[in-house]
Amino acid sequence: MDITFEKVDYTYQANSPFEHKALDSMSFHLPTGSVTAIVGHTGSGKSTLIQHLNGLIRPTNGKVRIGDYVLEPKKKPKHAKALREKVGIVFQYPEHQLFEETVEKDIAFGPRNFGVPEQEIQKRVAESAQAVGLRADLLKRSPFELSGGQMRRVAIAGILAVRPRVLVLDEPTAGLDPRGQKEIMDMFYRIHQEQQLTTILVTHSMEDALAYADQVLVLDKGKKYMEGTPVEVFSQRQALQQVQLDVPEMFQFLLKASDRFGKPVAYQGQDVERLAEQLAALAGDPNE
Amino acid sequence: MHAIEFRNVSFRYEEDQPYVLRNVSFQVETGEWLAIIGHNGSGKSTIAKLMNGLLFPSEGEIFINDIPLTEENIWEIRSQVGMVFQNPDNQFVGTTVRDDVAFGLENRGVPRAEMMERITSSLEQVRMHDYLLHEPYRLSGGQKQRVAIAGVLAISPRVIILDEATAMLDPLGRKEILDTVHRVQAEQQIGLITITHDLNEVMQAERVLVMNDGEVWMTTVPRELVKKQTELQQIGLDVPFVSQLAHALQKLGVPLTEEPIDHEELLDTLWTLHSRK
Amino acid sequence: MNNLLIVGQYVPTNSIVHRMDPRVKMLIIFFYVIFIFFANNVISYSLFTLFALGSTILTKVPWRFIVKGLTPVWFLIVFTFILHLFVTREGSVLFNLFGLQIYSGALEQGAVISLRFFLLILLTSLLTLTTTPIEITDAVESLLGPLRRFKFPVHELALMMSISLRFIPTLLQETEKISNAQASRGVDFRTGPFRERVRAVIPLLVPLFVSAFKRAEELAMAMEARGYRGGEGRTKLRELRVVKRDVAALVCFIVIAAAALITRDYS
Repeated sequence: MDITFEKVDYTYQANSPFEHKALDSMSFHLPTGSVTAIVGHTGSGKSTLIQHLNGLIRPTNGKVRIGDYVLEPKKKPKHAKALREKVGIVFQYPEHQLFEETVEKDIAFGPRNFGVPEQEIQKRVAESAQAVGLRADLLKRSPFELSGGQMRRVAIAGILAVRPRVLVLDEPTAGLDPRGQKEIMDMFYRIHQEQQLTTILVTHSMEDALAYADQVLVLDKGKKYMEGTPVEVFSQRQALQQVQLDVPEMFQFLLKASDRFGKPVAYQGQDVERLAEQLAALAGDPNE
Repeated sequence: MHAIEFRNVSFRYEEDQPYVLRNVSFQVETGEWLAIIGHNGSGKSTIAKLMNGLLFPSEGEIFINDIPLTEENIWEIRSQVGMVFQNPDNQFVGTTVRDDVAFGLENRGVPRAEMMERITSSLEQVRMHDYLLHEPYRLSGGQKQRVAIAGVLAISPRVIILDEATAMLDPLGRKEILDTVHRVQAEQQIGLITITHDLNEVMQAERVLVMNDGEVWMTTVPRELVKKQTELQQIGLDVPFVSQLAHALQKLGVPLTEEPIDHEELLDTLWTLHSRK
Repeated sequence: MNNLLIVGQYVPTNSIVHRMDPRVKMLIIFFYVIFIFFANNVISYSLFTLFALGSTILTKVPWRFIVKGLTPVWFLIVFTFILHLFVTREGSVLFNLFGLQIYSGALEQGAVISLRFFLLILLTSLLTLTTTPIEITDAVESLLGPLRRFKFPVHELALMMSISLRFIPTLLQETEKISNAQASRGVDFRTGPFRERVRAVIPLLVPLFVSAFKRAEELAMAMEARGYRGGEGRTKLRELRVVKRDVAALVCFIVIAAAALITRDYS
């Protein structure tokens, strides 16, 4: 599903002393099947943007298109529920939304709300539990007995079981240890590819934006600050630093290396091993 | 004199439950910065709670300034070991910044005049004095954590424990906290224990204690630790970018004499190699 | 919604009333509420009205804000007045309104009771307009202080009040987050039959309780780590002190109340 924002404004508590413009003339286009990373500081408008994607809020001005669904000011969308079925949002710390007696019931909660037939629900619960790597014997347990990492997987399975076409991930790795972070991100990327989803990843990690995104959207104070492929965005370190963001460590190092050796060492999608070869060549082949 | 010493400490919540910590021994010297790392559930936070008597060892002994920690002296110990927790919201007791810093002082019966002085000076140390009368909901996570640090500094402890105090913050908030901690540690002779799984944070400490499954996996210095890339990955941790790069270079036969700790060190070495040609 | 009712809203204008000792404010209001029931003639009512209006001016809170803020209360006041017109049959008949006789006593009583009602609401809302919730908590702790002798947990009560105040915004935020998350999972909080909507609250309440308990547990641990061991031996940063302006306010009130009590009709 293509997602388009056309000059979207969103104002909280309009016409009051607490008026606050959270989105300011925001326009962008996210093509079907892409992964888009949204980066920006707390208060840059990320969470307001996310809430537009499944119609939790509607723009104050402008238009949001998600596939065939259109969100406009002052016009209650006709198919709000259908839109929510198509757009799955994994909020920050999604394990906080668990409430059922068993893992199984919690995963089934979403599909049931959207009127999925009972037999189909059973199938989906099993499938999505497997997709997030939950062992089948955990399904009958209470979600509150599980470890933090497992709880997060249950919550994610509950969203996948609705079978969304768009997946929105808000800081999905927050609070996990390095291994957990990598496992969760790899899992999402696999699901994205297998189910051919359109994925939006809100993240503080420039490393993740570089590793997984096709395009990066940088927000600042409710406005679109930068947009482009990860390489385009991350080659503008100064512009990013102006909004107190930085480039991935790889880029930082390349800049310093270029400086030190007086010739450009560019980013060409190289991994650490490939970079090491480049550096070794620069420093002079030790075997000579 | 050790600021903190663990002697063969084991811990479990109930007698019929498995041990969370097994036979843990280590020391922290006065004025030293020790980082404790480990994957989630490795027992790091249990160690923190044992250090100021929020939990008591099932076996073994804990000494604070060479005095054994007992139920009788925990209140005395708690004024010497200050603690900052993970969730910025769930440790902010006061309705304003000033009231929150005051909380620890009020608990210890500090006279009002002295309280005011200590609040001012500790908020200045964490650069939060301009926010004296702010309510917590008007502060960012990083600012709340700085207030929590001020609250600890106000009771002038010998040791400060940061128990994953940066885990819930964004990169900016994380940087704020680390800068604050750096400065405070430089200005005062204060012991510092940071519990984290962020390896970049660990590189700034003087010593590292690695926990794995409730046991001390190793105690070392950061420079030695990052040599163990494969082993660390096996226990769910990783090494910083610069160490990964250095190891890749070594594999290619580039002679790096010393393990680099940051970008500059690695580039210096490479430049030297280059110039020798 | 917030603009409709001012009861419970704090307006920081830092006036002399704001800076008064909250205990003095509470005491004055307490006795005002009692004494106004003794007023029974023009002079005594005028005195009490004068005191209330004078206090309002001193708060520097804009009149428009107060008048607008009392909107729901106006309705009650007018309603009380009209009710009296219909039911009271004292004094002489003044005029005939659509076949209904309006008595002079009705007009009088209606006016008096509406005025009393208005003054009571006005003065009590001045307390919350000029006093932060935490100051009210401090005042309650201090005023209830003597009850400590009877083992009444005054300190604990005040601490509970202040922690509740501290966590109200946090829990409101949390409620919004969880409600957004569940709405995204297809819960409909706003439409549908009543029974469905009641059921929709469960996925909101359970996570909210789970998180509140977790917060409580962590907060208790943080408080313990920060040396909290009950009210014994504690000093306080917030200190309530009666200063000149508080004495002046008290004297003003006593003079006016005494004058009103003296001038009321005793026959």
